[in-house]
Amino acid sequence: MTAQPLLDVQDLTVEFSTRRGIVKAVQHVNISVAKGETLAIVGESGSGKSVTSYAVMRILDRAGKIAEGSVMFSGIDVKAATEDQMRDLRGREVSMIFQNPRAALNPIRKVGDQIEDVLRTHVQQAQVADHGEKAIEALEQVKIARPRERYHAYPFELSGGMCQRVVIALALACNPQLLIADEPTTGLDVTTQKAVMDLIVELTKRRAMSTILITHDLGLAAAYCDRVVVMEKGRVVETAKAADIFGNPQHPYTKKLMRATPRLGVSLRDLLPEEEGPAVMAGPDPAIHHASQDSSQSRDPRVKPGGDETKPLLRIEKLVKEYPRQGATAVLGKLFSRKPPVEPDVFRAVDGISFSIGHGESVGLVGESGCGKSTTSMMVMRLLDQTSGLIQFDGEDIGATAPSAFARLPQRSRIQMVFQDPTDSLNPRFTAARAIADPIMQLGDIRGRDALRARCEELATMVGLPHNLLDRFPHQLSGGQKARVGIARAIALHPKLVILDEPTAALDVSVQAVVLNLLQDLKARLGMSYLFVSHDLNVVRLLCDRVIVMRTGRIVEEGSSEQVLSDPKDDYTKELLTAIPHPPLPVH
Amino acid sequence: MSSVAPAVEPVGPARTSGLTAILEQTRYVLSENKVTGFAFALLIVILIAATFGPYVVPYDPLASDTAAALKPPSAAHWFGTDQLGRDIFSRVVVATRLDTFIAIASVVLVFLMGGLAGIAAGYFGGWTDRIVGRIADTIMAFPLFVLAMGIVAALGNTVQNIILATAIVNFPLYARVARAEANVRRNAGFVQAARLSGNGEFRILLVHILPNIMPIMIVQMSLTMGYAILNAAGLSFIGLGVRPPTAEWGIMVAEGAGFMVSGEWWIALFPGLALMIAVFCFNLLGDGLRDIVDPQRRT
Repeated sequence: MTAQPLLDVQDLTVEFSTRRGIVKAVQHVNISVAKGETLAIVGESGSGKSVTSYAVMRILDRAGKIAEGSVMFSGIDVKAATEDQMRDLRGREVSMIFQNPRAALNPIRKVGDQIEDVLRTHVQQAQVADHGEKAIEALEQVKIARPRERYHAYPFELSGGMCQRVVIALALACNPQLLIADEPTTGLDVTTQKAVMDLIVELTKRRAMSTILITHDLGLAAAYCDRVVVMEKGRVVETAKAADIFGNPQHPYTKKLMRATPRLGVSLRDLLPEEEGPAVMAGPDPAIHHASQDSSQSRDPRVKPGGDETKPLLRIEKLVKEYPRQGATAVLGKLFSRKPPVEPDVFRAVDGISFSIGHGESVGLVGESGCGKSTTSMMVMRLLDQTSGLIQFDGEDIGATAPSAFARLPQRSRIQMVFQDPTDSLNPRFTAARAIADPIMQLGDIRGRDALRARCEELATMVGLPHNLLDRFPHQLSGGQKARVGIARAIALHPKLVILDEPTAALDVSVQAVVLNLLQDLKARLGMSYLFVSHDLNVVRLLCDRVIVMRTGRIVEEGSSEQVLSDPKDDYTKELLTAIPHPPLPVH
Repeated sequence: MSSVAPAVEPVGPARTSGLTAILEQTRYVLSENKVTGFAFALLIVILIAATFGPYVVPYDPLASDTAAALKPPSAAHWFGTDQLGRDIFSRVVVATRLDTFIAIASVVLVFLMGGLAGIAAGYFGGWTDRIVGRIADTIMAFPLFVLAMGIVAALGNTVQNIILATAIVNFPLYARVARAEANVRRNAGFVQAARLSGNGEFRILLVHILPNIMPIMIVQMSLTMGYAILNAAGLSFIGLGVRPPTAEWGIMVAEGAGFMVSGEWWIALFPGLALMIAVFCFNLLGDGLRDIVDPQRRT
């Protein structure tokens, strides 16, 4: 390493003044980045990893300030620099890529113009006429096909991955020395993630730039970075070479984080921390026993007539969902030309798929965004009407009932769902208890305030939610607690089939590990079937017996989880598997 | 993860919900925001005047005393007297009840009409949306005050009709705000979850969506309250509202306007000030109210 690092953060403490006093978001953090080095800052939400990078750029919001420590960037004291100097530094010397590429781009301006803006602000010496060519060149470098056309594109005309490439082009337009990428691939598909990360690494290597990658994904960090800094609760707990951190983690938190990361060759139970594992499981255990005994008196889903088991619980045949194609071309075509349109008038989101789910089975439905997996789950859920096809649940053709009429049928309580975003799926004005009680009040047979409360507490125990949290509003709960509320609500009516729509996508890995284990336990105890909709093959494998891989509305591969993951037949499945970031040295 | 603010884990015992929490929140908002505190103090003064005014004023607001006509403000008559010798202070205080009643009644009425129609339009879309939208457009096609004049002139000069006219001219404001708010929540996760829980569409609308829209509707109500008072006073001013000799700010300003040129400024000034303070108070209140009713801020 060079004698003087490019960025040197010493003893950094960042404070936020809030209503409840001063919160130290980052405490005594030391980070240095050498020239040409790629550094990852890994941590879960609230660990202070983003705040650290914002402090480096001095873009903390008004409530936050650097309380202690120093930040030196190639000899400039960032803490003491004037706002003018900082403005010059940002963009030209240090630039940043944010999580949501669409939010980072101005939606009503052409991407080319936006790149030119950056060039105009920061590169005074270049010729004015030159900017257009330079912007196209920048687009070319981030491997956007047909850059001359894309120059005139608006952000909404580009896919998420494309937008992120444009953001990278923006960030790199002025040849900065340091690139800070804050969760650059969260929300992108796994194949897109690979392409974007490969691009970032290639470009920064070629330009001998330094990069700070901020991520919650230890696998991603280890796969793409030279060094990894692990943060927990505002402190740096471990700094190590990427190759070492998986092979020989030092700090207990790093070990816990690593264990929780789903990867090849581990089972669901392995994700839980060693020491806490049995304790977590033992806590709710007696209560779950108690609960399932209770329900077995009235209706235990596990006790079923034998003949019932032979038929699949859910059978889907030739399911199709079509959407009319909208847009100016179709409308104008109808108005002005009499010849039939070249394209079909409809878009098939789901194109004749068939599969079935057995009693007590969990099936994973995997695919990237736009493959039709969510549309399929919505149709099974009867929140959306299908165009054609059969949906048979427990021997009955539920596909024949329109979604609006389905809400009042007894079958409604048999199919429930756990939503992707725990925050969005809870009514902000309902307490946790009220949210859990809602399905019981509508469809259940428990009446009376005390009985409802007792049932809510029973469910809360089953999902491991402390009873004193039941009277809180969603914004007073953490992500994992909200996820538990969502699960409690879904199982409140003893459903036979639960659709899990990426239930852990919005959660930290350690919370994800706990929630996945909880789902597994509940399934075993209550005898439910799961349809697990996800984009992450690694997570699906842990929970599911069978996996269905979808692409553009069709099923491309179907088989047992082990078979699909270890010996994929379809090229697309192979592509999905290779795109998952593999840490250099897996444990075991 | 992208937010700059530190994620504070909710720890410790759950906050007590209900009245205590609301009082605690109110205290916090008032202490943080002095302007809101001031508006609340004004509101309390207005409400006291409206409730107890008629029982405590020194003179009968309707009793004329020609001997004491057109007297400037003095110790006996704090705000002076008008051309019939009626005590202006008593009349201004007594008028508070009628004016705030008209304002509150019209705001509640327009919330029930416009707010609910707007929520239904935003949630159901389709024909409901088109019908509500066109009604709102039709109302907005007229100058609002002229429309209110027309309604009162056509239906008759009564307090009920002033309330109705004020409510109708505010309909588009409520319908549009409620429509936009309901529309963004139409496919929110919690609405889908409510459907899965077996809630009917109307129940989702009233139990799940409406409470989430209340904060913004309350701000809207507070802001239009000021406008409703002005509207009622305006109608009375041009002779289309409450009839004399009833004490009402608009009439009093109208009666006093003629005397301004001859130097009797107090007849119009004091009811005008009362009007201004009331409008000012309700407008300031809007933002403060939002902070109190929004549970997101109640941390």
